[in-house]
Amino acid sequence: MDMIKITIDGRVYEVENGITVLEAAKRNGIKIPTLCHMNLKPINFVNKPASCRVCVVEMEGGKGNLVPACATDVRDGMVIKTTSARVLNARKTIVELLLSDHPNDCLQCAKSGDCELQSLAATLGIREIPFKGIQSTYKKDSTLSVYRDVDKCIMCRRCESMCSNIQSVGALSAVHRGFPAVVAPAFEAALGESSCVNCGQCVQVCPVGALTLVDNIGDVVKALNDPTKTVVVQTAPAVRVALGEEFGMEPGTIVTGKMAAALRRLGFNYVFDTDWSADLTIMEEGTEFLGRVKKFLAGDKDVKLPLFTSCCPAWVTFYEKNFPDLLDYPSTAKSPQGMFGAVAKNYFANKIGVKREDMVVVSIMPCLAKKSEVARPELGNGKDQDVDFSLTTRELAHMIKQYNIDLKELPEEDFDSPLGQSTGAAVIFGATGGVMEAALRTAYEVYTGKTLPKIDFMEVRGFDGIKEAVIDVNGLPVKVAVCYGLANARKLMEEVRAGNPNGYHFIEVMACTGGCIGGAGQPYHHGNGDILVKRMEAIYREDAGKPIRKSHENPDIIAIYKEYYGEPNSHLAHEQLHTHYIDKSVKIEEVK
Amino acid sequence: MTHYRFHILCCGGTGCKASNSAGIVRKFEAVLKEKNINDVQVITTGCFGFCEKGPIVKILPDNTFYVQVKEEDVENIVNEHIIKGRKVERLLYTDPKANAHIADSKHMGFYKKQMRVALRNCGFINPEDIREYIARDGYAALGKVLDEMTPEQAIEEMKKSGLRGRGGAGFPTGKKWELARTLVPNAEQKYVICNADEGDPGAFMDRSILEGDPHSIIEAMAICGYCIGATKGLVYIRAEYPLAIRRLQIAIDQAREYGLLGKDILGKDFEFDIELRYGAGAFVCGEETALIHSMEGQRGEPTIKPPFPAVKGYNGMPSNVNNVETFANVPVIYLKGADWFSKIGTEKSKGTKVFALAGKINNVGLIEVPMGTTLREIIYEIGGGIKGGKKFKAVQTGGPSGGCLTEKHLDTPVDYESLAAAKSIMGSGGMIVMDEDNCMVSIAKFYLDFTVDESCGKCTPCRVGNKRMNEILDKIIKGNGTMEDLDTLKNLANVIKDTALCGLGQTAPNPVISTLDNFYDEYLAHVKDKKCPAGQCKDLLSYVINPEKCIGCTACARKCPVNAITGVVKQPQTIDQEKCIKCGTCIDTCKFGAISKQ
Repeated sequence: MDMIKITIDGRVYEVENGITVLEAAKRNGIKIPTLCHMNLKPINFVNKPASCRVCVVEMEGGKGNLVPACATDVRDGMVIKTTSARVLNARKTIVELLLSDHPNDCLQCAKSGDCELQSLAATLGIREIPFKGIQSTYKKDSTLSVYRDVDKCIMCRRCESMCSNIQSVGALSAVHRGFPAVVAPAFEAALGESSCVNCGQCVQVCPVGALTLVDNIGDVVKALNDPTKTVVVQTAPAVRVALGEEFGMEPGTIVTGKMAAALRRLGFNYVFDTDWSADLTIMEEGTEFLGRVKKFLAGDKDVKLPLFTSCCPAWVTFYEKNFPDLLDYPSTAKSPQGMFGAVAKNYFANKIGVKREDMVVVSIMPCLAKKSEVARPELGNGKDQDVDFSLTTRELAHMIKQYNIDLKELPEEDFDSPLGQSTGAAVIFGATGGVMEAALRTAYEVYTGKTLPKIDFMEVRGFDGIKEAVIDVNGLPVKVAVCYGLANARKLMEEVRAGNPNGYHFIEVMACTGGCIGGAGQPYHHGNGDILVKRMEAIYREDAGKPIRKSHENPDIIAIYKEYYGEPNSHLAHEQLHTHYIDKSVKIEEVK
Repeated sequence: MTHYRFHILCCGGTGCKASNSAGIVRKFEAVLKEKNINDVQVITTGCFGFCEKGPIVKILPDNTFYVQVKEEDVENIVNEHIIKGRKVERLLYTDPKANAHIADSKHMGFYKKQMRVALRNCGFINPEDIREYIARDGYAALGKVLDEMTPEQAIEEMKKSGLRGRGGAGFPTGKKWELARTLVPNAEQKYVICNADEGDPGAFMDRSILEGDPHSIIEAMAICGYCIGATKGLVYIRAEYPLAIRRLQIAIDQAREYGLLGKDILGKDFEFDIELRYGAGAFVCGEETALIHSMEGQRGEPTIKPPFPAVKGYNGMPSNVNNVETFANVPVIYLKGADWFSKIGTEKSKGTKVFALAGKINNVGLIEVPMGTTLREIIYEIGGGIKGGKKFKAVQTGGPSGGCLTEKHLDTPVDYESLAAAKSIMGSGGMIVMDEDNCMVSIAKFYLDFTVDESCGKCTPCRVGNKRMNEILDKIIKGNGTMEDLDTLKNLANVIKDTALCGLGQTAPNPVISTLDNFYDEYLAHVKDKKCPAGQCKDLLSYVINPEKCIGCTACARKCPVNAITGVVKQPQTIDQEKCIKCGTCIDTCKFGAISKQ
C-alpha cells in the first residue's frame, strides 16, 4: 500500500495515498462533520456532491480558499487544519445559514433525535441564528409510503443519488435554481404521479426531516383499542435482526423472542410471523417455477422465462411502471405479506369464528413500499383489504416505547400457532439472495425427489449488486441471477427484453441495499454500511440455528395444504395467493 | 472584378440593427440603384464598438465615420459624399472637448487609444461572406499551423505568446491546451468547446465577435483541435443570441463548403468539425463544468474539480474549454508570431482586452486596449469622461463577480494581477462607470440581486448565504440596518468567498466586499444617520417644499398621485410625509425649483 505523510492539526500521520482528507482524518480519530457526504460501504457507493460545505478545512498552499475534506484527496506533505478559527467560523456560519432556511420545528419533527442537522447544530453549540430572512416553502406531498416536507430540505441530494444512481427511478432531482432550489419530482408533480416506486431509499438516507415515512401508529392503536376487533400481527424476517438497534442493542442482535413478547404486550390478539407465509410463498412460487421449467423442457416456446420473484413491492411497481411489456414474466405469487393477509382473513378468521370485517391484520415490515402494497385492489376482496395496516420496524420501536415497554428486559416468547412456525428458508427472505436460496432448496428436492447434498447456496449470498450462479438440478443446469438496487434490476430487465441472451431461468430482485435488511423502514443506518453487514450476518445465523430449514418441510405449511389449499398452485391457492400486474407506465403528458 | 470607388460599411451588430441599420442598408442599395451608381459597394459588417452613437456608417477609402445615421440621411450621404465628394458635416462625430467635427475615426478619442486584435475584423468585413475573411488573411493561420508545426510546437508557440483565458479566470491558454493534449493521451474522443455563454450583465464582446467575425472562432477552434488531438468542436452559445447563432451557422456551412471544416482539411490528414449547442442563458453555465453538464442535457450546475475537463469533460471525454474572445486572439498569434503578441501588454498579462464600457460615461461601447492601459485612460480618454460633467465615483470591473474601484485606483493598469490586487477582477470585461449620483449600497445590491437570481442553488454558501446578504443590504437600503448587520454582512461575505463551490459563489460577495472596503462611510450613513448620500434610496429620502420658493401655484398638488400635497392657493404648500410615495412627480412638475429631495 502506497503510504504518504500528511499533517492534520499539527500532527503528522502516515496515510494511504488516494483517500480523501475526510477519510484520512477519520482513520486517525478526527471526525470532520459532514452533511451531504454519504459512503455506503458495502455497495461502494459514495454521494459526494461537495455541496453542503460543512466539512471545509484549511489547506496550506492551493488557491487559498477552504476546501471540502470529503472531495479533496490527500497529497504527500499536505498540511491541513480542521479546527482553525477560520474553519470553525466558516463551519458554524454554514450551519447557521442552513438553519436560517429551515423550519426549526424540531420538537414536532418526525426526525427529531435522528436528524443529522439537529445533532450538528448541537455539536457546534448554535444558540441563535444571526440571519433573519424569508423561508423557502413548498407544498407538502405524500404517497401512501413517503411523506415529503421539503421546507426542511438542505439540498444534500442524497435522496437524488439513491433515486437516480442506485435505483434508476429518477423520481427525485433538483428543481429551480438559487434560493428556491429543492429536490422534487419533475415539474414539481406529486410524488405519486411520478416514476416513484415507494422504495423509500430516499427516506432512509435523508439527513433531515424532509423525507419521512407515513406514520400509521395511530391507526393501529385505534384498532387495538377497539374491543370488537380481533387484531392479528405478522412480522417480516428482516425486522427481528434490526429492531434491537432502536433499543441500544448492537446491530445484528436477534430479538425474535423479545419482539413476540412485546407485540403481545401491545395487545395484539394473535402474534404471527410473515416467515410462515414466506414458506408458503416458496411453495407457490417454487411450484410455478418448476411448472414453467417443465413446459420449457417440453418444448413450449411461449413459456415466460426467466421467472422473476415478486416479493418486493417496490420492484413490482418498478416493472409495472418501466416494463409493462414484460408483465407476464414475474411470478404471480403474492408477496409473503399479501399471502399472510389472504390466509388470515380467509382461512384463519373462519377457523376461529371471527367475521372477516372484525379482523384487523397488521404487518410489521422493514419496508415503506409495503404501506403502498397493502392498498393494492388486487390484495383485498373489493370491500376491505387483506392487510389493514403496515408498520415499519421504526414505527414498531416507537410504539413499544410509547407503551412503556423496555424491550431489552422482556422474556423471549414464541409466536402463536398455526401461522407462526417457520423455517430457516423463510428467514433468509430478509437478505438479498434469500428468496432464491429458499426457492432452490425446495425446488431441487421437489423436482429431484432427492435430499440436497449441501443446503447453503453461498454463491447467491453477499453484497454484490448482481450475482449469478448455475445450479445443477439433477443434470439440469438452472441459471439464476440475484440482484438488489433497481438500477441493477433495470440492467437485467433490459437483457430479458433483448431476448435473454444469458439464458437466465430465475431472477430474484430486491429494491433495497442488501435486500430487506436495508429497507427504508429499518432503523436509520446514517450511511454506516457496517450495520447492514451485521444485519445480514444475523439473518444467516438465524437460518443456521433453525431446526427446519426448507419450506416444504414446515409442518404447518404441510398441514394447511392438506386441510385447506389442497396443493400448491391449486385453484383455491390461485384465487387467494396469486395476483396479477397492471401497466402503470408514467406518461409525461399526464404529469401536471 | 469590379473596382469599387467607395465601400459603404454599415454596422449590422445587434445594437445598430435595433436602430434600423438594416433599413439603412436597403435604402443605400435602393438609392444607388436609382441613381445608377455601380461602383459603390454597400456592406453589412459586425459591430464598430461605438454603440453610443449608432447606427454607424463608415465610408472607405477615406475612413469617414458617420454617427446616428437615419434612413432619411441616406439620400443626402449619397448625393453629397458619393456623388460630390463632400462630407456630410452634420452626421460627423462631434468631439465634446474641442466642440468640433471629426471625420476620420482614427482621430476620435474613442478609437485613438484602442488596439484592435480580437476585434480586428469587426466593423470591417461582411461576416456572412467567407471570402472577406480570407481576404484579411483568414484561415492562413490554420494553414501555417498544419503546414509548419507539430501539435507540440503549436502548443509551445501558444505558451510563448502568454495568452490567458479571457473568460475571467486568466488561465494560460497554452498550458490548458497542453493539459488537454497530454493528460489523457489515448482518449477515444476529445472535444474543443467554445464557451459563448456570455452572461455578465452589460458585456457583449463575445456576441460582437461572433456576429462580426465568426470565422476567426472557427479557425481558432480548428487550430486548437489540431493541438489537443480533437476532431470535434462544440460551441455552447446562448439561445438569446439569434444573430450570432445565424452568422456562426452560416460561417460553419461556408467553412465546410471551402473544405476548411470536415475531413482532410487543407489537404492535410486533419479532420475537424463544429456543432452548435444552445444554452438557456443561465449565468452559472459559463462555469466550464456547469457548461459541460448543460450540454450533456444534465442540470446546469458545477461539479467539483478535479476531475478537470481536460481529463473528464463532455460525455466523460477530455475537453478543452476556451471563451470566444480567447479564441479570437488565436489566429493572429500564429500569423504574427508569439513574439509580436507577447510584446503587447504587461509582464504577466499579454495582448489586449476587450471591455464593454457602460454607465455614466460619454462614450458607451465596446473597446479593446492593450493590457496595462490605466482605468483613467479608458474612462477619460476613450470613454470621454463622465456624462453631464458629474463627478466620477467608482468603476465596476468584472461584472457581478467583480469589485468597485475608486478615484484612488484610477491609475491602476488594467491587467489580471493589478485588478486582483485592487480586490476586483478582470472578469469577462464588463466595465461600468458610476458618478456621484450612484448609491454604492444600492450598487452592491444590484449585483447581488443578479447573483442571487443566477445561483444554481447547489452549495449552501451561495444558495442561502447570498440570499441572506441580499436581505441585509435590503434592510440597510430601507433604513432598518444596524451596526450588527454590518458585522454580519462582512463575516458572511468572507465565509461565502472562502467556502462556495464554484467561481460564481466565490466571487458573488465581491461587490459587497469592495463597497464595504471603499465606501464604508456610505454604509454608515445608511445605518447610523438613515441617509443615502447619493439620494437614491427612496426610503431614506423625503421630498420637501421650500416655502421661500413656493408660490402656491398648486401644480404639484394636482399632479401628486396620492394627494400628499396640500395647502392654500398662493401660499406655500406642504407634503405629508406619511402619504408621500416618493415618486418624484412633484419635483418634475415644479417650475420654481421649490421642491428638493433630502
